[in-house]
Amino acid sequence: MALIETHGLRKDFVVRRKVGRLRRQRHVTAAVHDVDLAIEAGEMVGYIGPNGAGKSTTLKMLTGVLSPSAGEVRVCGLRPVAQRTRLALRIGVVFGQRSQLWWDLPLAESFRLLRHVYRVPAADHAARLRRCRRLLELDEFLDTPVRQLSLGQRMRGEITAALLHAPRILFLDEPTIGLDVVSKQSVRAFLAELGEAGDTTLMLTTHDLADIERLCRRLVVIDHGRVVHDGTLGELHARYSSRRRVVAELDVPWNGAAAPSGTSIEAVEADAHRVTFALHSATAGELIASLAASGALRDVSVLEPDIEDVVARLYAAPEPSRG
Amino acid sequence: MGIDVPWPRPGTLRTAAALAGAGFRRWATYRQAMLAGAFTNTIFGFLRCSVMLAVAGGAGGVAAGYRGPQLVTYVWVGQGLLAVVQLWGWTELSDRVRTGDVQSDLLRPMHPVLTYLTADLGRAGFAMCTRFAAPLVVGALAFQLYVPHRLTTYPLALLSVLAATVVSFGVRYLVNLTAFWLLDIRGVLVAWMLCANVLTGLYFPLAFLPDWVQPILWYGTPFPSILQAPVDVLVERGSAAHQLSILAVQLGWAAAVLAASVLVQRRAERRLVVQGG
Repeated sequence: MALIETHGLRKDFVVRRKVGRLRRQRHVTAAVHDVDLAIEAGEMVGYIGPNGAGKSTTLKMLTGVLSPSAGEVRVCGLRPVAQRTRLALRIGVVFGQRSQLWWDLPLAESFRLLRHVYRVPAADHAARLRRCRRLLELDEFLDTPVRQLSLGQRMRGEITAALLHAPRILFLDEPTIGLDVVSKQSVRAFLAELGEAGDTTLMLTTHDLADIERLCRRLVVIDHGRVVHDGTLGELHARYSSRRRVVAELDVPWNGAAAPSGTSIEAVEADAHRVTFALHSATAGELIASLAASGALRDVSVLEPDIEDVVARLYAAPEPSRG
Repeated sequence: MGIDVPWPRPGTLRTAAALAGAGFRRWATYRQAMLAGAFTNTIFGFLRCSVMLAVAGGAGGVAAGYRGPQLVTYVWVGQGLLAVVQLWGWTELSDRVRTGDVQSDLLRPMHPVLTYLTADLGRAGFAMCTRFAAPLVVGALAFQLYVPHRLTTYPLALLSVLAATVVSFGVRYLVNLTAFWLLDIRGVLVAWMLCANVLTGLYFPLAFLPDWVQPILWYGTPFPSILQAPVDVLVERGSAAHQLSILAVQLGWAAAVLAASVLVQRRAERRLVVQGG
């Protein structure tokens, strides 16, 4: 059985809209619509989608905060809402825009309190805290009250707080939102190491696609409450025809000839001295060899497909073409 | 696998003690606010005490069963207990519902009612050491306070203060839970403040009211259990048996409001829409 399993998961919200002076009309909106997921232990899954797609709602149903309107959910073999307090011992949750720390108390005190709340043996707690202190560089603000921490410091504290009871699954909702570049890198590096160790299953929602590229082998894309892609990043590129590109700098202007077989020309710039080729069936090596044979090749660079582009195309596509 | 119930599991006592300790320390960080509160309570103590003594003087030294020193003690103990039972101004839970932070509370491996209750008991412990003690010391220096004659009164009074804190917590928690439906609970707060000021015995001893009102207030509402009850136990109004009956009423209300909090919490979670995604 998968560690996280959902079948036909659905969440409806009732919205009442004013029509006329006194009358209100009831509208039912499906925030999450028939989501089927199976996530195995040790996976690192990116759960992405545009604003309002249903990402956070799904996460709240998986953690037991929200009751599903229909469908089945099992997380660590438990029913999240009915067995929420038991599930809380097995999962860690970080919400980028909410805090689970005690606002008025120093960070170290919050950690000490969490040891009692989760009933973690003192030695285990100390060892895990030591590791987080080292990797996330917590020492300089460990005795500072949480209310005085910067966002980056607080987020490092939040991640530590979510891990001290050694959860089997770590849910992260926008963990890098609002962080500066250095804090983002620090959080990503830590999560990458955590995921590679393989003991903790990671599921994160994000708008920062660099998080996904760095951390997630599997990508689930949700839009209008429905899963529109579930697979690797490479599969997403293949499906949306994302191409690798080769930019060739030439000594002599491009003569307007057809592109070598298995490629196409995307742009001719700099007085025809710079040509951008998209690779279809040909490899970069074949194209470069063919250009070098002409004797006019001065420089070459290979561009990987841009995840931002493909996701933007995915979000912008009309609904029927997805899925 | 059964459904989670809020009953304590093994080890809960240690967790509760840690949370209560955190509640104590959280409030201990705001020392200036504590001093300002104690000062205000003390000033109002002088005002109320003067009024009560005038009432007792006009009634020939005894008013509704209270003698002069008992009335003085009623005022000063009441001024101190105000902060212990936190009669006014607790909106932490409703604020967290409004901002969506409440979801972090739901993700702890403890029932939220238990988490908030233990933290509140820690807060009350800090208030006992500071906000309760300060007006009482000033009152004792400026007036002749009533000293209990029966030794059993002291533990009974402590128990009664504890029960009063629990009843007050339960009612405040229920008031805050309305935020799940209303989001803005200012209207409910105004109603609670009115009851908290008049029906708990803060403005005047409830015994000043007609006899027929007494059972309605004591058995029909939790309010006398919050302030009037611990004061009556401490100033030994009535016999030892009467003290025990007051405590029994308080314990009954404590159980009732906690049970109601658990039930309403369950309903509230079902309609939870976490604000702001």
